Amino acid sequence: MQERLQTLKEEALLQIEKASSMKEVQDIRVAYLGKKGPITEISKGMGKLSAEERPKMGQLVNEIRTAISDQLEEKANGLEKAAVEERLKKETIDISLPGRPIKRGNHHPLTRVIEEIEDLFLGMGFSIAEGPEVETDYYNFEALNLPKDHPARDMQDSFYITEETLLRTHTSPMQARTMEKLNGEGPVKIIVPGKVYRRDTDDATHSHQFMQIEGLMVGENVRMSDLKGVLQSFAKKMFGDEREIRLRPSFFPFTEPSVEMDISCFNCGGNGCSVCKGTGWIEILGGGMVHPNVLRMSGFDPEKVTGFAFGMGPERIAMLKYGIDDIRHFYTNDSRFIKQFNTL
Amino acid sequence: MLVSMNWLQQYVDLDSYSADELADLITKGGIEVETVEKLNKGISGVVIGHVLSCEQHPDADKLNICLVDIGEEEPVQIICGAANIAKGQHVAVAKVGAVLPGNFKIKKAKLRGEASHGMICSLQELGIESKLVQKEFADGIFVFSDDVTPGEDALHYLNLNDEILELGLTPNRADAMNMIGVAYEVGAVLNRSIDLPSPELVRTEESAEDYVSLHVENEDDNPYYGATVIKDVTIASSPQWLVNRLVSAGIRPINNVVDITNYVLLEYGQPLHAFDYDRFGSKEVIIRRATDGEKIVTLDDTERTLSSDHLVITNGSKPVAVAGVMGGADSEVQQDTTTILLEAAYFNSKLVRKASKDLGLRSDSSARFEKGIDRNRVVGASERAAQLIQEIAGGTVLKGIAEQGARTVEAKDVSIEVTRINQVLGTEISETEVAAIFERLQFSYQNFGGTFTVQVPPRRPDITISEDLIEEVGRLYGYDNVPATLPITESTPGQLSDYQKKRRRVRRALEGAGLYQTVTYSLTSPSKRIFFSDETTDAIRLAMPMSEERSELRTSLLPHLLEVAQYNKNRQLENLAFYETASVFLPDGELPKEQEHLAGVVSGLWQEHLWQKEKKSVDFFVVKGILEELAVEFGVEERLTFARADEPKLHPGRTAAVHLDNELIGYIGQLHPEVEKELDLSETYVFEINLEALLKANVDHLKYKKLPRFPSVTRDVALVVNESLEAGQVKRVIEEAGGAKLVEINLFDVYQGEHLEEGKKSLAFSLRYYNPEQTLTEEEVKKAHDRVLTAVEEQFGAALRS
Ligand SMILES: [Zn+2]
Repeated sequence: MQERLQTLKEEALLQIEKASSMKEVQDIRVAYLGKKGPITEISKGMGKLSAEERPKMGQLVNEIRTAISDQLEEKANGLEKAAVEERLKKETIDISLPGRPIKRGNHHPLTRVIEEIEDLFLGMGFSIAEGPEVETDYYNFEALNLPKDHPARDMQDSFYITEETLLRTHTSPMQARTMEKLNGEGPVKIIVPGKVYRRDTDDATHSHQFMQIEGLMVGENVRMSDLKGVLQSFAKKMFGDEREIRLRPSFFPFTEPSVEMDISCFNCGGNGCSVCKGTGWIEILGGGMVHPNVLRMSGFDPEKVTGFAFGMGPERIAMLKYGIDDIRHFYTNDSRFIKQFNTL
Repeated sequence: MLVSMNWLQQYVDLDSYSADELADLITKGGIEVETVEKLNKGISGVVIGHVLSCEQHPDADKLNICLVDIGEEEPVQIICGAANIAKGQHVAVAKVGAVLPGNFKIKKAKLRGEASHGMICSLQELGIESKLVQKEFADGIFVFSDDVTPGEDALHYLNLNDEILELGLTPNRADAMNMIGVAYEVGAVLNRSIDLPSPELVRTEESAEDYVSLHVENEDDNPYYGATVIKDVTIASSPQWLVNRLVSAGIRPINNVVDITNYVLLEYGQPLHAFDYDRFGSKEVIIRRATDGEKIVTLDDTERTLSSDHLVITNGSKPVAVAGVMGGADSEVQQDTTTILLEAAYFNSKLVRKASKDLGLRSDSSARFEKGIDRNRVVGASERAAQLIQEIAGGTVLKGIAEQGARTVEAKDVSIEVTRINQVLGTEISETEVAAIFERLQFSYQNFGGTFTVQVPPRRPDITISEDLIEEVGRLYGYDNVPATLPITESTPGQLSDYQKKRRRVRRALEGAGLYQTVTYSLTSPSKRIFFSDETTDAIRLAMPMSEERSELRTSLLPHLLEVAQYNKNRQLENLAFYETASVFLPDGELPKEQEHLAGVVSGLWQEHLWQKEKKSVDFFVVKGILEELAVEFGVEERLTFARADEPKLHPGRTAAVHLDNELIGYIGQLHPEVEKELDLSETYVFEINLEALLKANVDHLKYKKLPRFPSVTRDVALVVNESLEAGQVKRVIEEAGGAKLVEINLFDVYQGEHLEEGKKSLAFSLRYYNPEQTLTEEEVKKAHDRVLTAVEEQFGAALRS
């Protein structure tokens, strides 16, 4: 009996090893361990054994059952795993193939720069004013302390439509338009982005149409040092924390004193290079303290309030920031140009 | 303004400052130095030579063999081809080993068999611009007129060791358009004293008034006029020092008298004019307005027609000069001139500006008058010129000046408090520092307890109000020393307006849909203005356009977007998707109505994923989908409708008018094939809408809708209708008939062809019914659905497709 069991075990294990499908494994299980299988038969015949032999034999039967059953399970697991592997192998794809493009456009670089500047000044409590592109001579010039025969009008040769109306040469007319509405009650904190126009022949550095962002702050105790502080945070946020600024005296009819702001060159850090023409500094914008005549004409009392104003060119800032070499690119709209501004 | 370092050194001690250092300080002080230029363009080894002999080359007609003393033991032989070379001249010699501009090295050479040890130079070869070379040397070598020593460095004599600062002057700083003004500025910046010329004159017994009878008709036009008379003048070339000064300032030397007037113009900023007294035509000098149509031939030999807006100098009968702008040809100083009438005047700047503009004549003289000259320097300048003419041209100066008007004006008082200066600048500058700054500027002042009353000299007409003094103090105190602070006024919330927020959302929505933003010009051509617009509206046209291409304001964005499409297509970029938001300009009152539009152009492939064999071309529905998506974004999807439309430049079968509520706000469609052909574009779809109408539409606030609590029921229905029937019409009828419980209608198939009668099509809709109160009963659905089927049958004869 003992021998018979050993033989059965060996037979079974051999068949399990040979099995190559789940069905075979199942058949072997039924054949050996099933209710009609030989081992069950042997168990049933154990009643004939002596009381001494019976437990010993019982133990042996159990051991052999367990051995076969374990082996069956192991085989089944192995086969299942192989099947899964086979399937995964079949499903393998070439992950180097290109992904499905997501259709998406992007901002024009000028909008990108303008929105960045807008956000920066919004954060400093400024709001955004917009005004007409066709202006009256009064708002474009006279209200900005540029009377009709002022020599500085030469500086900005303009596109007139009639004697009294023209395409605005700067977004500064919104200074007067905004202040007039407030009847002398400050504070005023605005920036004015928009298109402006000057009689220039289009070339790599000139454009008859371009963008400008004007800034204006009027209130009690607004100082030139505040202008410097505000512009400093603008420069650092726009061009990097390491940027220094310097103010140089300049002249604009609507500010007194007037300044131009330079930033330390972001290309060479101030040692001098081609971007900064060897000076270490790059001119970014003009500004100054609002001229008392401008305040007065717009209904503010220059004895009570002071203000600063500045104006900058998004084209110039974009050209510097991104290294763009020709201002005409902004208006030609080559898709290869615009598409470059889709990343951070 | 070009400022020679060597010249400036005459008035201010510049020792220890290099040109670059000085430039930096001047720039920081408020006058921008745009460039610093070395006149020596890389020259070395050029010395003065004395031509000992000069004979024709035996084998070359145009060459000379010269023996030249260059200060070495032996004279050297040099072959020279210049026509004006002659024995006895002192010339500039580039020795063997010398370097000329452009790194041109001089080597020993043989010319037609004769050895040449160097080169005799023209001024051009030494790097002087042709336009600055005196006529006599224009086509040949340069010859020194002064007493010079062979072997000495020629660069020194030619002022080629100088450096030139180019000042970029803002209109307010006309005071620095002359060397004396620059000297004041540099003296203030460096805090050094300055030394100005004080001309001393020997005058004869004869009086200028015997020669000139002066009358200024209107002293507002001409507040001061002075005529000095100088006799026995010999016209000749100027001495080298004077030539050098003019060349360094970019002015070509002509002859001694003209050069002197130019020199004084540069030094004092005072335009002077020298008339040939004998050619003047009379003793009378009358300054008056020209009569309309009066003519004068100016120095440049051009006949000019004048008007009563112009001020002229006349000899009593006809104009001899346009005041402050240019002299006449008839009275010009010439080689045989012996007596000079020297004009030094102060003309009304507006009149000079007007004449200069009308005649298209801008001269060094008019530029200075226009910007304002120093009234108190007029007489000094004429004395300076007279003195130089006496010294250089051998003239004798007659006693007195024939003059009319006051020679000088008073200084103007302007006051400022130190506290105000600090309040405006945000600084803490002391009274002592303020006083020191006014002293550096050479302004006299009184200080009473911190209030400075400054006597502003007429040389600084830009300073008229106290803020101007704040600037003077600030710029010399140094803006580097002004702290950077944050404003201390009440805080204000910074935020975008609703409209601005919405505009940003429009951009993001369109870009999310795959369109790229463009920015194009507002000015367009007449034909582009009316390309998509009503031809009958008036143009808003520039008074003086620079070109027809940019002469009128646009009324539609599409023409320039189509230009962008053409530009890209010409560069093989054919899959296009662009949009722009910008104002168009419509005639209105004094100012046009500016309306913000949104336009787009799409063409080529819309979707493309090649290795998965996916390609989808742009069609009408791509563009429509974009606008529908935008309508959803702004909560007006129910109110934005499309109606078949006919627009001349668009495809008649593929165009829709876009309405918001009942207002027409724009169009979408395919370009008319003829237009596509004309513009060389492939199938192209466009849209343009009035963005303001969309963004200003009132919409309810976003409100949460309860999530469905009961199941809904969906019924699909395929309706066979006439092929000309628009799906939109069917949908509207279904919508009406379905009632409140029909909550969603989706068109999921449009079919035409096999199994359908000719002229028919099948429209398949999926209808979803829902009751928010309770689970729908079969009864309810059937009732509603039957109404739908009845309605479409009654209205369109629609049959259910079997
Ligand atoms: Zn640099």
